[in-house]
Amino acid sequence: MGRDSDVLQVSVWRGASAQGRYRTYEVPAQENQTVLDVVSWIQHYADASLTYRFACRVGMCGSCAMMVNDQPRWTCRTHVRKVVKEGKVRIGPLRNLPVIKDLATDMDPFFDKWVTAGGVHAPSATRDEPIPPVNPEETARLEASAGIECINCAICYAACDTVAGNPDYLGPAALQRAWTLLNDGKHGARDQILDAVSGTGGCHNCHSMGSCTAFCPNDLDPMSAIAGLKRETARTFFRRRRG
Amino acid sequence: MRPARAHPLWLAFVLHRVSGLALALFLPLHFWVLSLALTQPERLNRFLSFTEQPIAKLAEFGLVFLLAVHMFGGLRLIALEWLPWSAPQKTLAAGAVSVAALISGAFFLQVV
Amino acid sequence: MLDLRLYMLQRITALIMAPLTLGHIAVMIYAVQGGLTAEEILGRTQGSIFWFLFYGSFVLAVSLHAAIGLRVILHETLGLGGWALRAATWGIAFLLLAMGGQAVIAVTWSGGA
Repeated sequence: MGRDSDVLQVSVWRGASAQGRYRTYEVPAQENQTVLDVVSWIQHYADASLTYRFACRVGMCGSCAMMVNDQPRWTCRTHVRKVVKEGKVRIGPLRNLPVIKDLATDMDPFFDKWVTAGGVHAPSATRDEPIPPVNPEETARLEASAGIECINCAICYAACDTVAGNPDYLGPAALQRAWTLLNDGKHGARDQILDAVSGTGGCHNCHSMGSCTAFCPNDLDPMSAIAGLKRETARTFFRRRRG
Repeated sequence: MRPARAHPLWLAFVLHRVSGLALALFLPLHFWVLSLALTQPERLNRFLSFTEQPIAKLAEFGLVFLLAVHMFGGLRLIALEWLPWSAPQKTLAAGAVSVAALISGAFFLQVV
Repeated sequence: MLDLRLYMLQRITALIMAPLTLGHIAVMIYAVQGGLTAEEILGRTQGSIFWFLFYGSFVLAVSLHAAIGLRVILHETLGLGGWALRAATWGIAFLLLAMGGQAVIAVTWSGGA
């Protein structure tokens, strides 16, 4: 580790949404270090009052997402050397969410929209009935399986320009959750999902700009999931009008 | 804050929005000029002779370009949303449509 | 801001206009050969039921399509919402329909002009 003499210029957002500003810290550069390591170093050795969120440090819990050089990223799996530009890194709180303090955003709007999009599981059978088998090769199950690895990190939500312009829009994560449940054979509230994603903030506001899919750290494809919701709601549009 | 948007689908979105906005703003002018045919035909003819200017020709080219780009961009969106095709199938379909449009367009320009 | 109803209206008008747009571009390429004159345009279109229906449905579809599209831009870019957004959507649709209707009537209706 002979590069300790090298120093990173790290500017970090301090404060809440309105009165905050970027403050610059000098952090020793390491051969191997993640953006989360840099944030932790600042809190340990430069300013103990720095507020941020993390838990697992291995890309499973989805709590450490931040804006790194204005791109939404999971900081625990983002190496500094991949994002550093001329020795400088800029770290801010996730976009499209209210900032509580420093790098910690208020995630309530994000999770409230999960529920609004019909994201709560509704059982289709009671505990007294036999467990219906799930065929992993079935088409609908393949669609559902494609989206269940979501870790709720809100990176797609921060990347989405439609969310930025339209605060009521449910956003990619919540709609992808709705799509997985719609394709889940054990979900009992299919029609409620189609209604929930057809309102004023629903899937039809999506412009397929694809930033969600481009930025998802788990390589999921929310844009195609939302397209699936549009297809299903369009399919039922005439049927329901008649019925 | 501006996250990186320089990926193809985002640029396609911008092209679709800008072309749609430009066409919508052009429409009232277009309608007004045509309705001169009923009320002031000589004024319509004066306007039409202005379209012989190179600058007007350039503007016409721009409008046709915007119209074509908005139409194919829109068909791309509908295909993306409504046709449950795989990504390579969609690329092939888009390629086939553009080649067909190119060939038939060139043919059309030859015959008229 | 866009619910299923407006979304379907936007997509259906788009599908109606796709062939009309191709036809319109073809007519444009044909018509500008050798310059444009009012007599040439009107000679082709006036008194023609076909062109009346062609451009009539085009104007109807584009009025709805453009109004919904501009509604999205007004909301996302300028933050317009509520009754102002509704009024703007209807206003744009009626303006385009009125002006477009006048233009269609001007170029296709009076065969004797």
